[in-house]
Amino acid sequence: MAGITIDRIEKKFGTVTALQQLSLEVADGEFLALLGPSGCGKTTLLRIIAGLESQTSGRILIGGRDVSMLPPRERGLAMVFQNYAVFPHMTVYENVAFGLRMKGVSDAEVRRQVERAAGLLHIEPYLDRYPAKLSGGQRQRVAVARALAVQPAVLLMDEPLSNLDALLRLEMRSELKSVLSASGTTTVYVTHDQTEAMGLADRIAVMHKGVIEQIDRPQPLYERPATRFVGGFVGSPPMNFIDLPVSGGIARLGGFSSPVAMGEGTITAGIRAEDIAVTEAVGLPFDVSVCEPLGATLLVTGRIGGQLARVSVRPDVQVRPGDRLGLVPNADRIVWIDPANGKALGAAA
Amino acid sequence: MSAATVSPGLRRLVFWSGIAALCAWVIVPIYLIALGAFGGRTGVFRWPKSLLPWDSTLTAMQTFLAVEGVWSAALNGALVACLTMLFSLLLGAPAGYALARYSFTGQNAFRMLVVLTRAFPLAILALPLTVTFIRTGLYDTAIGVALVHTALALPFAALVSASLFMGIPRELEEAAWVFGCTGLQAFRRIVLPLALPGLAAAAIFAFVISWNEVFAASVLTVRNKTLTAYLLTVLAESPLHFRFAGGFLLILPSVLFIFAVRKYLFAMWGIANR
Repeated sequence: MAGITIDRIEKKFGTVTALQQLSLEVADGEFLALLGPSGCGKTTLLRIIAGLESQTSGRILIGGRDVSMLPPRERGLAMVFQNYAVFPHMTVYENVAFGLRMKGVSDAEVRRQVERAAGLLHIEPYLDRYPAKLSGGQRQRVAVARALAVQPAVLLMDEPLSNLDALLRLEMRSELKSVLSASGTTTVYVTHDQTEAMGLADRIAVMHKGVIEQIDRPQPLYERPATRFVGGFVGSPPMNFIDLPVSGGIARLGGFSSPVAMGEGTITAGIRAEDIAVTEAVGLPFDVSVCEPLGATLLVTGRIGGQLARVSVRPDVQVRPGDRLGLVPNADRIVWIDPANGKALGAAA
Repeated sequence: MSAATVSPGLRRLVFWSGIAALCAWVIVPIYLIALGAFGGRTGVFRWPKSLLPWDSTLTAMQTFLAVEGVWSAALNGALVACLTMLFSLLLGAPAGYALARYSFTGQNAFRMLVVLTRAFPLAILALPLTVTFIRTGLYDTAIGVALVHTALALPFAALVSASLFMGIPRELEEAAWVFGCTGLQAFRRIVLPLALPGLAAAAIFAFVISWNEVFAASVLTVRNKTLTAYLLTVLAESPLHFRFAGGFLLILPSVLFIFAVRKYLFAMWGIANR
């Protein structure tokens, strides 16, 4: 068991900066998700932690030990890869045993650990099969079992569920969560799927263009995004961003007004789709263009004075494309964002 | 559906006649050579040819095998072919690995250059090579011939193994590193077993190229000729059935060799289809 310290890690590919002086602490036993769109540097960061990629500058400490210059095998970690990376010429048993064999563990101990890991991931029936005979989900279980068999101080996972189909992903997600929280392994989990990050992680670090935009527990991250990017990336549907004119410290549009921490100019209101009450006339003027019944809710897409917005309402509300509605956002839950730099303006005034 | 209207019997007929044609393509010439080799002195000239080996005789073969130097030439040829196989794998596989795994400046130029080595006609190189070989003491040795044959086989060995290594996901190697392997261990435990069938195919190819090569082998040797070169000099003045016997003997090792390692060849396609 060990925490991870990432100290001003920088990575350049030629002239392109993939990671900009990035610092991060992962506590012992914590599950941290690195969340971001493709190309944000999250996988690069994970590979630097693993030692599969070298950093341009900065240090990585695992359990207080500086591993920046060590090869992957000496860092005391295990990894689960996006494409499983189970060895096709070895049986499932030998795959799971691989890390232990490399450590020179006795056969009896190997057997004990393999059986324990296989039991956790429910792959005992396949132990003497070859991976070619397994489905994608089973292969991923083998990959996770292989990682857990060595009882690593740190477990790294690189989009491990992205190759599974939706239903299997859901099943594996909950199973991963229970297995990993039981083992108490420090885990860094890379994903571009915000529901995966929300569901699994103790904390989420949202990355964008090589920097960490925000790092927080899932619920605060969802409710109070620190930047416009985070609000737009976390949550489905993404947060609505409505530009409102401000004069005399009051933002006003249509029948809606609210005091804000700004004198004059324009301010962006970040509002979650479910934090909006729908009325006949008062509030923000909203022209409905599309209605999507999602079962539990009805997702209404439309425009507020030319700005795209989505509202999530109860499925029995009668709305039709072409209707004009009034939207009344829950004032406590609006995130006010400075449109100049995309950063949230502290607490709503 | 047009496929459904064709009767299964007809489809099977087309399928099997296709197979028969493909087999005939390979087997008929070999069979005719065998007939000539075992048909005896008169058999070669008989017309119409009997396609069944009624009056087969081993005399031509026996006489041929008794000719002085055939056995040592065959042995020499096998030695040269094995050396060629060894050299082209030892040099070609690492080159292929580098081409597959690392990006370096001039990679494409290097790739091109590898193929370009085949652009030099051996006939032009023969004289300077001979002179150099005489000076360095490589003339008339198995190693000397094997070196030239390696130059011929190496481009294929490098490019084939490059595409082989490219077919093995990098993630597998990275997983091995993470789980405790050094670079060399990861190569030996993960990459090599997976590449072995393909490498075997590349090796066979090198063997066959060397076994069949005649020009360099003729020019660069006097006493220690390979079988191909030896037959070229001897058979020019031999009766026809001797030539057939020699031809048959030349084909035999390649066919047997490919037959012996066919499992690996098929395994290679298996990996490709995975």
